[in-house]
Amino acid sequence: MRNLQEKLKGEIIELLNLEDLQPEDIGNDEPLFGSGVGLDSIDALELIVLLEREYGVKIENPEEGREVFNSINTIAAFIEKNRK
Amino acid sequence: MNLEIITDTTITSSAIYKDGTLFLANEEHLPFAQYCRKAYQLMEASYPKFFKMDNLCKLSFLTAELLLTENIGGALNGEKTAIILGNRSSSIISDQKHYESYVERENSFPSPAVFVYTLPNIMLGELCIRHQITGESSCFMMEDMDAAFLFHYVQDLLLNEGYEHCITGWVDFSPTEYGAELYLIGKRDKGEVKRPFGINFNQKV
Amino acid sequence: MEIFNIADHLISPLGCSAGQNFAMLKKSRTGISKITDDSLCPQTFYGAGYETHTVEQQVVFEGCEKYTFLERLFIYSIDAVLKAVGDIDKQRTVLVLSTTKGNIGLLNERKAKKYEGNRIELPVMARVVNDYFEMPHRPVVVSNACISGVSAILTAQKLIRLGLYDHAIVTGGDLLTEFVLTGFQSFMAISDAPCRPYDVARKGITLGEACATMFLTNNPGLVAKTEAFARVAGGGQANDANHISGPSRTGRGLRMAVSKALEGAKLQPGDIDYISGHGTATLYNDEMEAVAFNHLNMQDTPLNSLKGYFGHTLGAAGIVESIITIRQLNEGVLLGSHGYAEHGVTQPLNVLAENQESPNLRYGLKTISGFGGCNGAVIFEKA
Repeated sequence: MRNLQEKLKGEIIELLNLEDLQPEDIGNDEPLFGSGVGLDSIDALELIVLLEREYGVKIENPEEGREVFNSINTIAAFIEKNRK
Repeated sequence: MNLEIITDTTITSSAIYKDGTLFLANEEHLPFAQYCRKAYQLMEASYPKFFKMDNLCKLSFLTAELLLTENIGGALNGEKTAIILGNRSSSIISDQKHYESYVERENSFPSPAVFVYTLPNIMLGELCIRHQITGESSCFMMEDMDAAFLFHYVQDLLLNEGYEHCITGWVDFSPTEYGAELYLIGKRDKGEVKRPFGINFNQKV
Repeated sequence: MEIFNIADHLISPLGCSAGQNFAMLKKSRTGISKITDDSLCPQTFYGAGYETHTVEQQVVFEGCEKYTFLERLFIYSIDAVLKAVGDIDKQRTVLVLSTTKGNIGLLNERKAKKYEGNRIELPVMARVVNDYFEMPHRPVVVSNACISGVSAILTAQKLIRLGLYDHAIVTGGDLLTEFVLTGFQSFMAISDAPCRPYDVARKGITLGEACATMFLTNNPGLVAKTEAFARVAGGGQANDANHISGPSRTGRGLRMAVSKALEGAKLQPGDIDYISGHGTATLYNDEMEAVAFNHLNMQDTPLNSLKGYFGHTLGAAGIVESIITIRQLNEGVLLGSHGYAEHGVTQPLNVLAENQESPNLRYGLKTISGFGGCNGAVIFEKA
């Protein structure tokens, strides 16, 4: 699980071009949207593509994504639960 | 009422100029990725969203960033400012990227972050957000910069539609070349107009 | 100076003229259907697509093989309008063309090779159409995402008002392509059922395709089609300066665009008899419009979205929907908002569920919003 969280941080920084951030800057429970890391709606859609492409995990609607993408921990838990 | 060019900025692959004065020369012929990063740092722009933009938007962002330095940009009334740009190649760089993401059906993962940039007017949207401009933002497609058309259009906005300022000019990014020139146009009631805004406004004196 | 629309033409999956289209709309017929076409999408989806073979046989003219399908549609539509208008002075006429993706299918190099010149470039495509009609002036091409059609009408109005031209052919077209479909799918914005603007069960957009043409002039004496006759009373455009793809929560940009249009037309919100909304049927767009119209105190004005009939036709939408706006004014009938049954936005709106006879219509407002944060509004007066 720990490795998954670190891997996710690296992938998210690269995918979303978060130029000013290093993996250690993102806390596992830190909110990714709004005040925390500051992601927006396009980033959320992009994360949906990432989960499907890299982990084979599908999110069918953006509303569901809202809860999954709350923090690194919630994403990791979602992947663990749904990965085949 | 006279219309004047308050300031202008030009970016080519070889150099960046503000009001005819060299701001940065691309002496090492850096590719755009490195060249624009260098310009971004030199402008001390602090805008993380810059790194999410496609090349067309990065180019227009940097040109406008240098155009609207703090003392100028801060003086604009966003509601009374319009952006009217000319462009030839549309969003072809992002179009090609999006195309490559779906053309192989068995490995099709279109990216929303790429698709959103597949319209030329997104660069105007980015400038509106950055500088809080809420007037008209229009993108006209032309084979080369049609200064006469832009002049008539912008003149009408300023003289007849209540606008105080207008950013106009040309931004283009094709697979083989890129370039941008932006002008901030304003009105002057009295005093000498140093740089009148006319039908050939893009011709260097 | 007063500027008028005096002719129209519209080709969509519902018909090959504006009259045919309007007759279908009055019968509540929609162009949206289930599409199974592997060249567009491996799965079945809902869209308002041409029956390509039928339409290809329709848009035939001498030398047409040199033109792409979209160019042929533009030429066909413009030709119909010019034939209706008769002899005009081309020296005093400009072509204003609206599109978002033009010949985007030519990203496929094999297809691109079939045509001379770099036709994927929008100004090159416009020149090819312009040259077909031997128009002496450069065409003006507007590409403001989904509001392009309204931008084109307002640009034409401006060019005539400034005295640069007396007439403008205003044309808009886009195709339903794999490019756009895969893009909106990645945005999770495509509805898995025909779109339902302003309805509680709405789930997103349905894409469409159309090509539409208007003819604006400063000389109302030239009127060619009384059904299309209207004065362009005012218009306005504004940017949300909020997000490049998400609609503003406050509807501020749309509000400003409508306010400018009202101001230009010297009208109050209460003077407007009908609103042709943007109504894409995404959750956030329709909600944004409801917020904006309530701020403007226009929640009681009869409103519909035409997306339930045509789907979202992108760069054509502003022109398609303006043509239908004018025809509703002139025929004294307002169309039911196809797909609307139960109110689904948080603010009140007078969405028409059924067709409504309205003999005393005078002013119609067409509004539109798009990616890049842009908003447009144009007001037509029955002439």
